[in-house]
Amino acid sequence: MDRESLISLYRQMLLIRVFEDRAAEMYAKAKIAGFLHLYNGQEAIAVGAVSALNPDDEIVVNYRDHGWALARGCSARAVMAELFGRATGTTGGRGGSMHLVDVSRHFWGGYAIVGGHLPLAVGLGVAAQYLGTGRVTLCSMGDGSTNIGTFHAAMNWAKLWNVPVIFVVENNQYAMGTAYEVHSAVPMLTKAAGYNMYAEEVDGMDVMAVREAVCRAAERARSGLGPSFLNMVTYRFRGHSMADPDVQRSKEEIAEWRKRDPITRFADEVLLKRELVTQADLDAIRKSVEEEVEDAIQFADQSPEPPLESLYDYIYMQPVSNMQIGGSLIRPPKLGGRVAPNGKHHVSAQTSYA
Amino acid sequence: MPEITYREALKRALREEMQRDPTVVIWGEDVVAYAGGGAYGVTAGLAKEFPGRVRDTPIAEEAIVGVGLGAAMGGLRPVCEIMTVNFTLVAWDQIVNHVAKQSHMFNGQIKVPMVIRTPNGHGRTAATHSQNFDAWFASIPSLKVVAPATPYDAKGLLKTAIRDDDPVIFLEHLQLYSTRGEVPDEEYLIPIGEADYKRRGKDITIVTWGRMTIESLKAAKILAEEGIDVEIVDLRTLRPMDVPTILESVRKTNRAIVVEEGWRTCGLGAEIAATIQEQAFNYLDAPVARVAGLEVPMPYARNLERATIPFAEDVVEAVRAMMRNEY
Repeated sequence: MDRESLISLYRQMLLIRVFEDRAAEMYAKAKIAGFLHLYNGQEAIAVGAVSALNPDDEIVVNYRDHGWALARGCSARAVMAELFGRATGTTGGRGGSMHLVDVSRHFWGGYAIVGGHLPLAVGLGVAAQYLGTGRVTLCSMGDGSTNIGTFHAAMNWAKLWNVPVIFVVENNQYAMGTAYEVHSAVPMLTKAAGYNMYAEEVDGMDVMAVREAVCRAAERARSGLGPSFLNMVTYRFRGHSMADPDVQRSKEEIAEWRKRDPITRFADEVLLKRELVTQADLDAIRKSVEEEVEDAIQFADQSPEPPLESLYDYIYMQPVSNMQIGGSLIRPPKLGGRVAPNGKHHVSAQTSYA
Repeated sequence: MPEITYREALKRALREEMQRDPTVVIWGEDVVAYAGGGAYGVTAGLAKEFPGRVRDTPIAEEAIVGVGLGAAMGGLRPVCEIMTVNFTLVAWDQIVNHVAKQSHMFNGQIKVPMVIRTPNGHGRTAATHSQNFDAWFASIPSLKVVAPATPYDAKGLLKTAIRDDDPVIFLEHLQLYSTRGEVPDEEYLIPIGEADYKRRGKDITIVTWGRMTIESLKAAKILAEEGIDVEIVDLRTLRPMDVPTILESVRKTNRAIVVEEGWRTCGLGAEIAATIQEQAFNYLDAPVARVAGLEVPMPYARNLERATIPFAEDVVEAVRAMMRNEY
């Protein structure tokens, strides 16, 4: 990789880190509600993996998705606005933190039922295979996803049909608060071995190691060798979500993993060591990242909430001539008694509620 | 017009749509090899006609639906067969949390042009293989739910469902597969969301769908001999429901009975009865009544099974009672 690309990896990781820290701050200020699963510590995985893929390769991830959205090129503005529940967010405030998406970037979204998106990723892979697009589908999941039925059904199907899919386990060693040895009977790679699937263990705190592993897996998939399974060992520096007091993990353990911080490590061991940048350069990058995130916060805060009239948009992508709200005639009182808002995809033939 | 079976009508719809659109694929358990194609023979022969496009899958309904969903997102039009509706329960998370969420939750960025075909039904198959979840499917925003009663409707609706850009739950029925009806050779489509008058009458409206349409037609014949003129509204689509047609009929006959095969409590009949009373109360000469399945896990024994499921005679009894003002 050239100097600019390496610096770009660094900047992306730092952007995610600063974004997440500021998001936590906004959560504390009640600008953000509901669930907020932060990516601190795992930045090398999204950034390294996305850097190894083509712009039209498919990406499907779980609910810890801010880092993936930013790494894939979604603007900090759109992502922050989504966390704020605003019309300018990635789904116009519909999905929130766990359901970021940008299909124009082949980022098919964050999914919030553990393991639920794995079959979907296999399906995207089957479509690519069937249509001969040459696209690879990357599907990330947590270690906690590897025990549920959909994991095994998806692994079996991917291998059986030789699907061009890369399963990336972001193994932060905890399923919410439950440690790996409490939730899994066998080591992670044994799970892939059960399906005779190509597998690697990867240092998930090393952006270059992640990038290289995903490059190998993508190459295999593109050359018809089928699915891969990458166990990326990592650690999240914060709790499972903002609601997690993080009392299960010892302070010593967290401190030990913080020493392997993927961002400082990449700066020290690659950028500074190879004299690609000076400390002044890194300071300038940090400043620009902080400004970008501050701008995103201002943008989100000033953005409007989605219009009430949009509530029924996209219930169907293809309208039904006789359709009325909800299927039967129900007048939504909060919409001022209008039977049909001005939804583009919402047709109401009958307004005879009386 | 030539008469064909409901099964054959479905197959013709699949064949025509596969000929028309190379992105249509069929995946399911035993849709290729077993018994020549499909546990109930709907896909028989199609795998040979369309190499690589009809594929057997593992017995993993959550994956059949989930992989189908991903493929639909990725540009295919999968028709996923779930062998019976009982097994959709294994895929319920995929259907409710994934298939039905994509278009709205992702603000129109994702469309899901997939069909999930699955039969209702019974036949001495006991409690876990004789169920009916029409009301559950119909309660979920963003799904389209279709339940055709005749070969004509089955063919026209399946073709429309395959072309639709939204996910369609296509509810067939084991007891209907071998029934026969007129189906023209030339192509036709039936719009989703439109009910159909299966019989015009002036005395009483029966709102029904699926197999109970056929039982209601039998009942209407018996009742006609007694001078009771029954109108039958076959919903055909359960979501979004064609409420205007229901109301049009009730406003004319002033009486309504909802006939459904599934359990009464929280059944679709409850929803329809409430809707009629909200919107046509002043037209009613009697409370809206319901004929429904009895609320037990389906027993195996012949007599107990028969007692559990509604038949034409139950509809006849209910109509007679309403006409005697016994409701």
